[in-house]
Amino acid sequence: MSLFNFESMSVNYAMLGIIGVLTIASLLVFILTKKNPQKNYKELVLRIKSWWFIIAFFSLMVFAQVKIAIFCIAFVSFLAFKEYLSLIPIRKSDHRVLFWAYLSIPIQFYIISTGWYQLFIIFIPVYVFLFLPFRTVLIGDTNDFLANIGRIQWGLMTTVFSMGHLAYLLMLDPSKNLAGGRSGLLIYVVALTQFNDVAQYCWGKSIGKHKIIPKVSPNKTWEGFLGGVATTSALSVLIAPYLTPITFPASLFIGFLLGAAGFVGDVNISALKRDIGVKDSGTLLPGHGGILDRIDSLSYTAPIFFHFVDYFFYK
Amino acid sequence: MIKTLFFTFLVAPIIKIVLGLSIKNRDRLPEKGPAIIIANHNSHLDTVALMCLFPLFFVKNVRPVAAADYWTKNKLITWFANNFIGVIPIKRKNDGTNKEDLLAPILEVLKQNKIVIYFPEGSRGNPEEMVQFKKGISHLAMNAPHVPIIPVFLYGLGKALPRGEGLLVPFICDVNIGAAKFWSGDKDQFVKDLQETINQLGSETRNFEKDKDSIYFG
Repeated sequence: MSLFNFESMSVNYAMLGIIGVLTIASLLVFILTKKNPQKNYKELVLRIKSWWFIIAFFSLMVFAQVKIAIFCIAFVSFLAFKEYLSLIPIRKSDHRVLFWAYLSIPIQFYIISTGWYQLFIIFIPVYVFLFLPFRTVLIGDTNDFLANIGRIQWGLMTTVFSMGHLAYLLMLDPSKNLAGGRSGLLIYVVALTQFNDVAQYCWGKSIGKHKIIPKVSPNKTWEGFLGGVATTSALSVLIAPYLTPITFPASLFIGFLLGAAGFVGDVNISALKRDIGVKDSGTLLPGHGGILDRIDSLSYTAPIFFHFVDYFFYK
Repeated sequence: MIKTLFFTFLVAPIIKIVLGLSIKNRDRLPEKGPAIIIANHNSHLDTVALMCLFPLFFVKNVRPVAAADYWTKNKLITWFANNFIGVIPIKRKNDGTNKEDLLAPILEVLKQNKIVIYFPEGSRGNPEEMVQFKKGISHLAMNAPHVPIIPVFLYGLGKALPRGEGLLVPFICDVNIGAAKFWSGDKDQFVKDLQETINQLGSETRNFEKDKDSIYFG
């Protein structure tokens, strides 16, 4: 069994395409900084640099054998959950409850790696959901009990349960995806989600006028949202045949769904940050902020995409 | 050698990956000794976290000052403290010996151009609660007036491993590094200045500022 798998040509081309796009972006930024040395492009340069790190790590998820890929996704989940806990108010008395919450991460991803779908889908929403309040009760601190068990469970659902769906995409039967093989679905949903973020930003920056949700995210506009969704849907129709078993009308619909869900995931984390009173969720990815800032949209698109494609194309 | 290996394969992965450091003003960290790093003290992990700020090959030149009564309790602890951490044991209580003699081992290490870690609070105290700095740091600075003192504010390690808790829970820890200070000539004023500097570094630390007013703090 080899460590890496380059069997699906379209997956190889897709990764090359992504690297190509990033190379062009890097060159553009390089030219910009040379042409306007008086302007400050530090943020943009850092952002591009972080993208290279992200792509390098993502390549590992795409090309490494399944167990290693799942481990990498589990690691991202862990980093996101840790960032979330470092951000929110935490009771000192919940120290040991948090230990068990962390422990659910390796268990959840181990379950995924065994392909036991029924347990994967109920472990966090049922068993962890029932266990953590019990552990909290044993400690006996009832001060703000509801708020605290709610906060911890919400974090697990967003950063572990949702992100786990990305890992389970790798466990779906590859013989049903002749074009994309094992990693096709993963690269498709992650690339489209990230592309959608950028597209919505670009449309909003260039023609955005009508604010869509000013109380949560003042820079989001209807023009940005609709332009992004349209561009994402177009790209989806274009690449779906090469990476997924999704056929034409469905690929248009899923493009639309990913664009819309990505937006909701994004403003969801924006609302969280606004509630806590921070601008970035962390400092792990210079130029982007924290890891939650990068996977916010994925926390919505991953489960929605998974269940759509699983129901219509893998049953 | 054994210290470098210990930090490379055990301490640094725990501090940098399991916990994670969010470092502000990294460029203020000295690249070579002699220097004194001072910080607020909340957790057993403070010392190793400060050591992990330096490149791994450099860690052998960073030596924390520690209470002799704790680190020379038995042979095993002493052996560990000497070989794995490289502590400079000093007596916590003044039992008649004059102050200069107490600090002599630290001055000796500074003379070898090493970096010394010193906690002016003396003990760890309650998680994330800073107590008055003791005057020891003033005596040390007075005897080493040309050595830069770099104040560092740490936040989060007390949440990850509070006092009296054996179980480590991952939290991202904030490190804010201040500009170097030198002995100013007045003992009381110097201690006060350092304390204020660290308080100031704390107020620039987002998570600390945010949690400070929370009902769960402290």
